[in-house]
Amino acid sequence: MSETETDFEQNLKNTSDAVAAFQLDDQSFLSSIRNAVRNYPTLVPALVLVVSILVFGFLAPRFLSPGVLSLVLQQVTVIGIVAIAQTLIILTAGIDLSVGAILVLSSFVMGRLAVMTGVPLPLAIAAGMAIGTLMGAFNGFLVAKVKLPPFIVTLGTLSVFTALKLWYSGSESIRNSDIEATAPALLWFGEAAARPYGASITYGGVALILLAGIFWYILQHTAWGRHVHAIGDDPEAAILSGIKTDRTLISVYAVAGLICGFAGWVAIGRVGSISPIAFEEINLATITAVVIGGTSLFGGRGSIPGSVLGALIVGVFTTGLSLAGVDDYWQMFAVGNLVLIAVALDQWLRRASQ
Amino acid sequence: MKSRIIPSTIGAIALTVLAAGAHAGSHSTAACLITKNNTNPFFVKMKEGAEAKAEAAGIALSSYAGKLDGDAGPQLVAIENCVAMGAKGILITAANDSVVPALKKARAAGILVIALDTPLSDPDAQDMTFATDNFEAGLLIGRWAKATMGAAAKDAKIGMLDINKDNISVDVQRDTGFLVGFGIEVPNLKILGSETDSRVIGHESALGNPEGGVKSVENLLAKNPDMNVVYTINEPAAEGAYQALKKAGKEKGVLIVSVDGGCPGIASVKSGVIGATSQQYPLLMASKGIEAIAAWAKDGTKPSASDGLNFFNTGVNLVTDSPVAGVPSIDSTKGTELCWG
Repeated sequence: MSETETDFEQNLKNTSDAVAAFQLDDQSFLSSIRNAVRNYPTLVPALVLVVSILVFGFLAPRFLSPGVLSLVLQQVTVIGIVAIAQTLIILTAGIDLSVGAILVLSSFVMGRLAVMTGVPLPLAIAAGMAIGTLMGAFNGFLVAKVKLPPFIVTLGTLSVFTALKLWYSGSESIRNSDIEATAPALLWFGEAAARPYGASITYGGVALILLAGIFWYILQHTAWGRHVHAIGDDPEAAILSGIKTDRTLISVYAVAGLICGFAGWVAIGRVGSISPIAFEEINLATITAVVIGGTSLFGGRGSIPGSVLGALIVGVFTTGLSLAGVDDYWQMFAVGNLVLIAVALDQWLRRASQ
Repeated sequence: MKSRIIPSTIGAIALTVLAAGAHAGSHSTAACLITKNNTNPFFVKMKEGAEAKAEAAGIALSSYAGKLDGDAGPQLVAIENCVAMGAKGILITAANDSVVPALKKARAAGILVIALDTPLSDPDAQDMTFATDNFEAGLLIGRWAKATMGAAAKDAKIGMLDINKDNISVDVQRDTGFLVGFGIEVPNLKILGSETDSRVIGHESALGNPEGGVKSVENLLAKNPDMNVVYTINEPAAEGAYQALKKAGKEKGVLIVSVDGGCPGIASVKSGVIGATSQQYPLLMASKGIEAIAAWAKDGTKPSASDGLNFFNTGVNLVTDSPVAGVPSIDSTKGTELCWG
């Protein structure tokens, strides 16, 4: 009897005397990488961008020149700005398929008012952006109050806004010469702000970076921003913690509409004219940029800088492959694979433990 | 709830049948116009021309359109609807050849099928095509560009702005027509990009709109900054091309040619943005199509092709303010009189 007790007590000396303990399984290299990426979601797209620029610089002649690199920025400027709007919506576990239609309709409102009706320019621009906000708010209302799924809502409003665009524009473009004659400030975002070493940085590119910075700040450091993350992460918990989810959701879609309206102004400068048949592929292009940038389609996690980087990555791949002389369906192939890898990575990160 | 649904549904169906009956009774012949989309001004004007002529000829015209270039799905639905409603004739600008089986079925049901602007590769799919000779349209601008460049033509650096890589017939014909007109050998006239002449920098997909035009020219300039000739599939793409050249400071030294002949495009020729454009006549295509359907409904006459061709050529004119010897052309003032849109 006494020997068993001594053994038992001796065994007790060696055991842990904490009340409870969990066996941590994230000591491996892979787990520490996963933690790093979870905490700094912008790390992956930033790395991918740098690596792809270097790889294409090696593969394609002339790719590393300042002219070509700044060209990539110019080509993704409008996509990048709309991707900021798309990020906000995807953060709430929603999606917006109507962003392209909102963009073009807003630019037509600005164009027709300023060029054809002679309305003073600041008023025309404000009207265009207001229409964009209204369309976004309409989406938000249907999602938040009528409780329809965002995919279905924006699929429907895509057709509605596209029809409105065709009706309002009369299927006619507003030509560059008319814009230059009556309202040249509409073209401002297409002009070069600086031309260092043969590169060309447009005001549109500057606007993209500024806007990304502003919304990064808003999302990280304001209550509204945290609410947006919360709604996407867990709507029930958000409601229970006192967040007015309906109002916040509508405001998210409305702000997205406002950003698309602003993008409409930038787009006028980028293309030089306002055409009803332009920007038809931008809906999917922005979703691609957001996903490659590391934002989760399931909501709650993501970053604005990531989406801008995602847009740049697509641009780098497209231009790099083009300069390397590769047929352009391989560009689609490459971008598609990037999306798959990004989504797979997101799934890997979502798992709490193996 | 249940008791209200059935009577109201019956009521709705009855109203629809009555309305359709009332409408059908007012005109004797029904016809359908199916265009590629409602966004390209070319098809919008074609539709307007068809509707005006149909009104005058006493034909009830129903219009349908696809959404995007190359999207045949909505067109297939439209063809089936037209057959079902007993139309006498179908006017169609086909998105691609996948509509051929449906059109053959329509012909078998006694419907006159007329292809507008875009011929179908299978000759049995249509009774007649009313179209521009798109190859000739390309030929004219190619010859004009070569003559305008003179001695510099043998070292030209040419950028090609097509719609996309799908080898749509209109796209291929204008593109290869331009190259042949410029004097470049094209081994395969049925696809894009078969030429090996080093003067061609590359083909970009401009999608036929200004945004695509800007991006395409930027990409081509990145490949070769000395580009001095730009072929564009249509005038919206040419507008974008000019903007991109202007931003790069190169608009003075580059020739832009295009096809379409819409009024905004002719204005671009006048202002020097476009060097020369081949003008086509969509309103004529549409009105001739309606005339053919009226004749078919009246006494079964079918339209006949132009001499030496297997389609009815609605004509093309080169519009330029810098004419060259050996290439017939009209100036922008005359072009403005004839323009559409």
